[in-house]
Amino acid sequence: MLNNFVIPDFYPVAPEIFLLAMSFIILFADLLFSATQRWVASTLTTITLLGCAALTVITADGQTTLTLSNLFVDDLLADFLKLMTYLSVVMVLIYGRQYLVERGLDKGEFYLLVLYATLGMMVMISAASLLTLYLGLELMSLALYALVAIDRDSARATEAAMKYFVLGALASGLLLYGMSMIYGATGNLDIADISQVLYQGQADKTVLVFGLVFIVAGIAFKLGVVPFHMWIPDVYHGAPTVVTMLIGSAPKFAAFAMALRLLVYALFPLVAEWQQMLLIMAVLSIGLGNLAAIAQKNIKRMLAYSAISHMGFMLLGLTSGVIGHEIDPFTAINAYSSALYYTVAYVLMSLGSFAMVLLLSRAGHEAEQLDDFKGLNQRSPWFAAMMLIFMLSMAGIPFFIGFFAKFSVLTAAITAGHVTIAVVAVMFSLVGAFYYLRIIKLMYFDAPAETAPLIATPTFRILLSLNGIAVAAFGLFPDAIMAICTAVLLHSL
Amino acid sequence: MEFTTFLFYLFAAVMLFSALRVITARNPVHAVLFLVLAFFNAAGLWLLLQAEFLAIALIMVYVGAVMVLFLFVVMMLDINIERLRHGFWEHLPLGATIGAIMVVEMATVLTGKYFGLSNFPAHVLPVGESNTKALARILFTDYVYPFELASVILLVAIIAAVMLTLRQRKDTKGMRPSDQVAVKRSDRLRIVAMASESESPATDSKGGAPL
Repeated sequence: MLNNFVIPDFYPVAPEIFLLAMSFIILFADLLFSATQRWVASTLTTITLLGCAALTVITADGQTTLTLSNLFVDDLLADFLKLMTYLSVVMVLIYGRQYLVERGLDKGEFYLLVLYATLGMMVMISAASLLTLYLGLELMSLALYALVAIDRDSARATEAAMKYFVLGALASGLLLYGMSMIYGATGNLDIADISQVLYQGQADKTVLVFGLVFIVAGIAFKLGVVPFHMWIPDVYHGAPTVVTMLIGSAPKFAAFAMALRLLVYALFPLVAEWQQMLLIMAVLSIGLGNLAAIAQKNIKRMLAYSAISHMGFMLLGLTSGVIGHEIDPFTAINAYSSALYYTVAYVLMSLGSFAMVLLLSRAGHEAEQLDDFKGLNQRSPWFAAMMLIFMLSMAGIPFFIGFFAKFSVLTAAITAGHVTIAVVAVMFSLVGAFYYLRIIKLMYFDAPAETAPLIATPTFRILLSLNGIAVAAFGLFPDAIMAICTAVLLHSL
Repeated sequence: MEFTTFLFYLFAAVMLFSALRVITARNPVHAVLFLVLAFFNAAGLWLLLQAEFLAIALIMVYVGAVMVLFLFVVMMLDINIERLRHGFWEHLPLGATIGAIMVVEMATVLTGKYFGLSNFPAHVLPVGESNTKALARILFTDYVYPFELASVILLVAIIAAVMLTLRQRKDTKGMRPSDQVAVKRSDRLRIVAMASESESPATDSKGGAPL
């Protein structure tokens, strides 16, 4: 056994190795400099993520490379999702800098945990085996649980962390149980081997479907879709806004990768079963998310329910891959790339909306209530316009990125024959438009509750403006991202 | 009767007896010691199954670390034995029912169609091959990536635990002699350059008498 072992090719794993090595450097640098130079950890973290991005671009060759004993896969999909993950994490760090400093949360541990959460996402995105997928998920989740509780003196944050931890552990257990069933039925942990065994039709279908139910439940929890959404509002509300922003952005890419690797790469022969399960969850999420968001007075809770409904839309894309029993690669790729496009669009909008919440907050005041947005137009017309763009885009009003995301998902759903479901989804997103438009009404037609000027660093202002302009510009030219999504999936599936 | 069969029954009997004593012993310290004995016998059973790595891990991890910690906790806590034993006979039927259900469930799974013992024949190791060595080989070659990931997860757990529990006390009045010796003039004294002020009673603008 020892004789036929060859040293694996570490080249495709370069970004992960670089991030891990840099995290150790930051760990020690923080010990040395934390007393006097507070900026060291945050600067090094940003540099690390940029370095990872450079390495990911350098090692991207468009080929599907398996390495580390077939436990790690480097394909175009992984490269794209990783780049988007770095981008959103860097944006969270830049947006959150001032918030952290003002609240004394600007500790080295924050940056380290963010880096380890990112590493977990990268491992998930590049997982070629159930084992690495699960370990990546745990690495990401564990770091996120701790980040939610980072503000130790806040009872609400501690409660949120506790809920997140207990429910997250339960979901991990469900997922692991499902994986053990799949392993029991197929005798394999490698995603490629599992699908091969399934195509040969040797595995016991009862056990497979039994395991599939638990796997779908685990994925649904991580995505936060009904009926596994209970943690989303409490965690979004309780966590410090920067952490909420992090949870609401980059992990969505990892969860998308997990869904794709497990359901499409590994369990595609069971597509008829899982498509039905996802379809029910998608409709319930779109319905409940939009209805419950109307009743919210707190903007973080409102955005949490809106996240549930958006993830429902994303699932709608994933369920539209196969029509009936015929597998048409073009329909499948169209449907999955619409889901990928939706995820990218949602993360961009979500980052921008939470950045607006950060912009209105200051030391000692969390701008969490909807009323904090009253009369924003009089305080800062430019940022009111940015919020207008984010809200219109989330509501799915043309011509913003959110509209084309919804449009492509609905097209895929109609192509797959889910016409009724598409109509229901449109009806509920009309209901949802109410609470997005209410914020616009508060900003433009109500008298401001306070007149204090908005304080933000120039970097923050520039980034937020770029974010808003991107949401608008990609709405005018949606084809660019859509083409990338399709190309990425075409090369990876 | 073969010697190994005899050993199996010996280990199993002692294990069952000590497991029973864990819940019936009057003194909590005795209960913990009986649990240690049960673990030793379980390790013996695993050795008979050629699973020596599991046996060693059970003794090193559970007996060596976890149970010693348990023993400390039990000794430190002031446990009211009377209250602990209260309701033992009332709860016994419930406990026995749950135990019986678990036994039935295990039997159903092990004799069932999907995961029955017949589907998974025993793996016999060739002579001269040890599974400790095999595990070590595979852990540091084929599975080195998950192994390293697990260690990163532990590192995150350490960082998170330290972050969430470490508090620097602000109310201590301790002194650091090294800091006191190393103090410089600039740390204590600030010299400000300013125009000189002379006090002259005649410049009083209101013209009143100087105090």
